[in-house]
Amino acid sequence: MERIKKAFLKDSSVNVLSSFLAVAVGLIVGFVILLISNPSQAAGGFGAILRGGFADMRSMGQVLYIATPIIMTGLSVGFAARTGLFNIGASGQFIMGAYAAILVGVKCSAFLPGITLCIAAMIAAMIAGAVWGSISGMLKAYCNVNEVIACIMMNYIGMYLVNFLIVHTVFDSLRNQSMSVPGNANLPKLGLDLIFRDGNSASSANGGIFVAVIMAVVIYIILEKTTFGFELKACGFNRDAAKYAGINEHRSIVYSMAIAGALAGLGGALLYLAGAGNRIDVVDVLAPEGFNGIPVALLGLNNPIGIIFSGFLIAYLTIGGFNMQLYDFAPQVIEIIIAIIIYFSAFALLLKNYIELWRMRGHRKPAAPEAEEAAT
Amino acid sequence: MSMLYFLIQQTMFFSIPLLIVALGGMFSERSGVINIALEGIMIMGAFSGILFISSYQEALPGQPVLILAVLIAAAAGVLISLTHAYASINMKANQVISGTAINMFAAAFAIYVARMIRTVQQIPFVNQFRIGEVPVMSKIPVIGPMFFQNTYLTTYLGFLILIASALVLYKTRFGLRLRACGEHPQAADSVGINVYKMRYAGVMISGALAGIGGLVFVIPTSTNFNATVSGYGFLALAVLIFGQWRPGRILGSAFFFGFMKAVASSYSGIAVLQDLPIPSNVYKMVPYLSTLIILAFTSRKSMAPKAAGIPYDKGSR
Repeated sequence: MERIKKAFLKDSSVNVLSSFLAVAVGLIVGFVILLISNPSQAAGGFGAILRGGFADMRSMGQVLYIATPIIMTGLSVGFAARTGLFNIGASGQFIMGAYAAILVGVKCSAFLPGITLCIAAMIAAMIAGAVWGSISGMLKAYCNVNEVIACIMMNYIGMYLVNFLIVHTVFDSLRNQSMSVPGNANLPKLGLDLIFRDGNSASSANGGIFVAVIMAVVIYIILEKTTFGFELKACGFNRDAAKYAGINEHRSIVYSMAIAGALAGLGGALLYLAGAGNRIDVVDVLAPEGFNGIPVALLGLNNPIGIIFSGFLIAYLTIGGFNMQLYDFAPQVIEIIIAIIIYFSAFALLLKNYIELWRMRGHRKPAAPEAEEAAT
Repeated sequence: MSMLYFLIQQTMFFSIPLLIVALGGMFSERSGVINIALEGIMIMGAFSGILFISSYQEALPGQPVLILAVLIAAAAGVLISLTHAYASINMKANQVISGTAINMFAAAFAIYVARMIRTVQQIPFVNQFRIGEVPVMSKIPVIGPMFFQNTYLTTYLGFLILIASALVLYKTRFGLRLRACGEHPQAADSVGINVYKMRYAGVMISGALAGIGGLVFVIPTSTNFNATVSGYGFLALAVLIFGQWRPGRILGSAFFFGFMKAVASSYSGIAVLQDLPIPSNVYKMVPYLSTLIILAFTSRKSMAPKAAGIPYDKGSR
């Protein structure tokens, strides 16, 4: 037992090591790009990226604010991936949740006092996201529709549906946006805006980050410590084997997608209830937060706790990108860096194989078969 | 009748890029590599093609510029797809990861380079490629106005690629070997086929076609390129699955989707639809909704390549 534990610990340390290597390569390439495009400003610009979220207290607050929704969509994608499903539909689930939260916030403010309004809005968002996710799940489980195509279609259907519903329920026709929610529907600031500020300009940090972290822990417990989570994972590893073991694999797929949808939907609520003046624009563009969840999940190796850190890392770099504009660089260099980090994190398996080989030479022990599936 | 002609001409603008890109995806997936990077490759192709057009459109006449731009878009697509091939074939990486990385990289790269060399991210170009009437052919009743008026060279390129793809996939030794690598790479290897090489070929063909598709998508629908292909890469992925990884069915699904899209975008010009009390957002939803409903009834038996998404490891034979 002890030996297995040790091997596992080593495996996870290899994962962390390969992630760090990927980050280093990404940053180096980013620096080279800066050097090519403008050598004289490159050092200053790169310094701004590295300082990133630590530039001042306000930037640190913004890191928390930006990390919140992408941690949620990252959890959504990561959770689905652990159960063998590729949830590319987080965008649709996200916007459905956002709409539900705004609807409850605007329409129920008369009879839900204080914080209960905010809680009700979040619950509504989770339900809306779960419904949207479970539709893709049902199509997959009962009609054998590939979940990727179902999710892509549901993204567009959700976007147009939300545009339609906003115009008919909570429309601000002057701005062509949704209405803003009353103050008590917003997430409480918990004093974070007082801590994370730069002089008079407060950051948008709010209690949402705690909700996101708590959800990550809950998902970790579901996946690692419960029979329910084990059944969902078993369906992901091998659907037929799970069925043979007496697990209802159809139901498991629907549950997985519903939970993934609820997470993305809650992400929508956390962004639009952040009290930062966000409203849903009535335009024909898919919510980018949903797609941004994919890199967060990949970088966090689909591990809920890893996803918290990767969400923070991407938010940190994003803030660095904002600050870098002072040096006349387009902030897209950050996305290039993140893309390269993700690309090289895909090589984790190779690194792992080398370490495995090296370990085998040392101990004359066969390689653990888990090494391969952990990387997928 | 003129309404029908207009609808069909519109359908071409939506369907042809979907067709080309989905066929590209087909080559990659039939060789055993899932290509979720289609969106990013489209952006790279469109970006380099449009950049070329905007720089040389005064120096050269319309159609030659277009042909050169298509070649450049294809080359850019091949180049970026090589990174996907390297990660998923040599490095045996998770194929979704490098695809996502390419999607993210392409959009950022197109904006960054455009802003660095032109200070704004939009790249304008003059659309001098529209062919009002194809000589002789446009005079044919019914077919003439449908296919040979208000058209682009790229439309015919799309059909050419379709025919070539079907021939290559089903009538050549290369196509047979490619399909074998996507179904059972171990068996293919045991009879002396180089699986890595075939998969590289599949991914590179998909890169070339997706690059062309990106350019073909932008040219008829816009006069400036804004570093986006509006999710058409993902839609092409959907068309590929809808088309069950087969050229004929891909053609059918691309045109089904394109026609629905054309109706949704020009319904206000159709008297019957205009009078119905249905809001525009519902019309816009119809292409996606109808695809999903059809899939729900027809997906019982999926014909996905069996080895798609699984890195080939010689040791596991």
